[in-house]
Amino acid sequence: MTPNQEGPVVSFDGVGKIYDDDGLRVTALRDVTLNIPRRRFAMIVGPSGSGKTTLLNLVGCIDTPTSGRLRVCGEDVGAMSDRELTDFRSKNIAFVFQNFNLLPVLTAYENVEYPLLLLGAAASERRQRTMQMLEAVGLADKRGHRPNQLSGGQKQRVAIARALVKGPAVVLADEPTANLDSHTGAEIIALMRQVQEQHDASFVFSTHDPQLMSHADDTFVIRDGALADRRVKEAE
Amino acid sequence: MLLKIAFRNILRNGRRSLMTLLAIAVGGVSIVLFGEFVGFVRASLETNAVQNVGHLTIYRTGFFDYGAGNPAAFGIPDYGRVMKLVADDPAIAPALRVITPTVSLTGIVGNFEIDTSKTFLGTGYVPADRETMRRWDEHGVSSRRLLEDSGLRADDESRGVVGVGLARVLGLCGPLHILDCPARPDLSAAVASNAGAAPDVPIDADWAAPPASGAPRLDLLAATVSGAPNVMSFNVTRAEPQGARELDENFVVMNFTLAQKLLYGRGEPRATGLVLQLHRTEDVPRVRARLASLFADHHLDLEVRDFAEREPFYKQAVGMFGAIFLFISLIMGVIVLFTVVNTMGTSVVERTSEIGTARAMGLRRGGVRRMFVGEGAILGALGATVGVAIGQLVAVAFNRTGSTWTPPSAAAPVPLEVLTSHVGGLLAGIWLALVITATVAAVVPANRAARLNVVDALRHV
Repeated sequence: MTPNQEGPVVSFDGVGKIYDDDGLRVTALRDVTLNIPRRRFAMIVGPSGSGKTTLLNLVGCIDTPTSGRLRVCGEDVGAMSDRELTDFRSKNIAFVFQNFNLLPVLTAYENVEYPLLLLGAAASERRQRTMQMLEAVGLADKRGHRPNQLSGGQKQRVAIARALVKGPAVVLADEPTANLDSHTGAEIIALMRQVQEQHDASFVFSTHDPQLMSHADDTFVIRDGALADRRVKEAE
Repeated sequence: MLLKIAFRNILRNGRRSLMTLLAIAVGGVSIVLFGEFVGFVRASLETNAVQNVGHLTIYRTGFFDYGAGNPAAFGIPDYGRVMKLVADDPAIAPALRVITPTVSLTGIVGNFEIDTSKTFLGTGYVPADRETMRRWDEHGVSSRRLLEDSGLRADDESRGVVGVGLARVLGLCGPLHILDCPARPDLSAAVASNAGAAPDVPIDADWAAPPASGAPRLDLLAATVSGAPNVMSFNVTRAEPQGARELDENFVVMNFTLAQKLLYGRGEPRATGLVLQLHRTEDVPRVRARLASLFADHHLDLEVRDFAEREPFYKQAVGMFGAIFLFISLIMGVIVLFTVVNTMGTSVVERTSEIGTARAMGLRRGGVRRMFVGEGAILGALGATVGVAIGQLVAVAFNRTGSTWTPPSAAAPVPLEVLTSHVGGLLAGIWLALVITATVAAVVPANRAARLNVVDALRHV
């Protein structure tokens, strides 16, 4: 599977998502059609329960659409098996979570190294790229610390390093500044912008944070499960 | 890395892991101790049997099933040649410790001083061979036992041993210094009323004379091969308790030549069995097969029986203890299984969000499964190692307490020990079984973890 390097990184074509919970059908997304360009800061915004997280889960290939066609990196992910989706995520997609979701039993270094292990990277390559990313987020000196020995901002920096270490096509960030104070949030946003530019990655955010939204290249407004508005900044 | 994560997760909830580890270890200690006790019982029973009847006995075909009715008729003619054939066989000789002729017979033993007689089951042994056989101790279980002499004398064929029960019946409690013998009822009046009855057997001056040795004397009566009664004097060296009352009241061990004379009279002396004692029990099947082929090659009408066939109690006791061991092991296994299932199940619930994170990053379901199964295996390996090590230490310490017990079929207390040497296979088996049980127990929660929906797992708080 060789992902398409041209065209939008994510393409929704009439995508719908319906949850069936013991016969209770809930429509989370309806007929969403949108393209997220590559190498951009894209924001999915909207009120709580509007379907932002569902949309992000679909982009992250941890959920599948019930209708329509979803392409990520040019691949039709809706047709993939669970194993194919897992391998696809491993190679192309990274996550930055609101609660950081670092593995508590691993050190900062090991957390960053973990995605490379899943990819089967050689030890020397793992070492080099892990240290490179820790240095990029300014935490090389904290590499031996466990998550419980790090502050919230440091944890999110480790999470960003972990997300970018494998050079993913798209980084998904679900409310990445929600658990940080405004000063740390600003630092994290600046860091993400910096590494996005350095690594040519595409970032897709789900957020309520006006501070973060102000950095958006593209903004997609979701309301009641449908795309309500789209604001695209012209590429420089 | 998966192993590292698994190991650190075990240490993460130290108290829970410790309790699980202790449950596995306690199970291990119990199984090790009981397994080594069963091993000791088995080794003791085997040692007893092999000391008494050797590993293998060669009989004239049919003796084993029908010989009790007329043992003389099933005698092995020219048994010396058969013994030489066996002893000189290059495939058997290195494994052979003793080959000795025996005579089994039944008859009546009487103490005519008090007008008492009783049927007996007798066996005649070559005294020197009997002594050698009684020193066989492949498993080292007899080292703490005081070995009495066989009671047979090469220079006095009239001497032998009887069961304590037989000695009591024949009024030998006093002369043989047997303790706890109930007082003998006075039956002189009843005996006097029958005094007119003439003895069936002519009493000659020689065998009726008092024993020169000072040992209590009995008279043995048996039918010769021709059916004629034959009587011999028998001086009792001592009484030996037997486990079963029936055997205790019939048991007679005598000199081989005396038994031959009793059974064959002036006819050609034969042996009813040729007993083989080997250096090692594990050679029994090989030697037995070789004997069968040897007899077939030389057209000898002989068959071979092993000690388990001759002493059915050995098989029954070993089977019973084996069943109890299996039962206890199963109970321990179930306890370990449920403890590990519970521990791993709790761990899966607690780490649901981490599972979701790892899966989102690209860890396959199989990777999740391997991680939890690995944790179960590590817990099992740690618990089993601790359990087996402590079990072995407790076993060694227990053996130093000098405890005694009276095992089934035994008449007197013997040292109570557990087998602590040559138990590598048992310990390895127990260790492996515990690790496998813990690993298998982790499969169910591991599958549950692997099947978790990534989105639901990430939402889990």
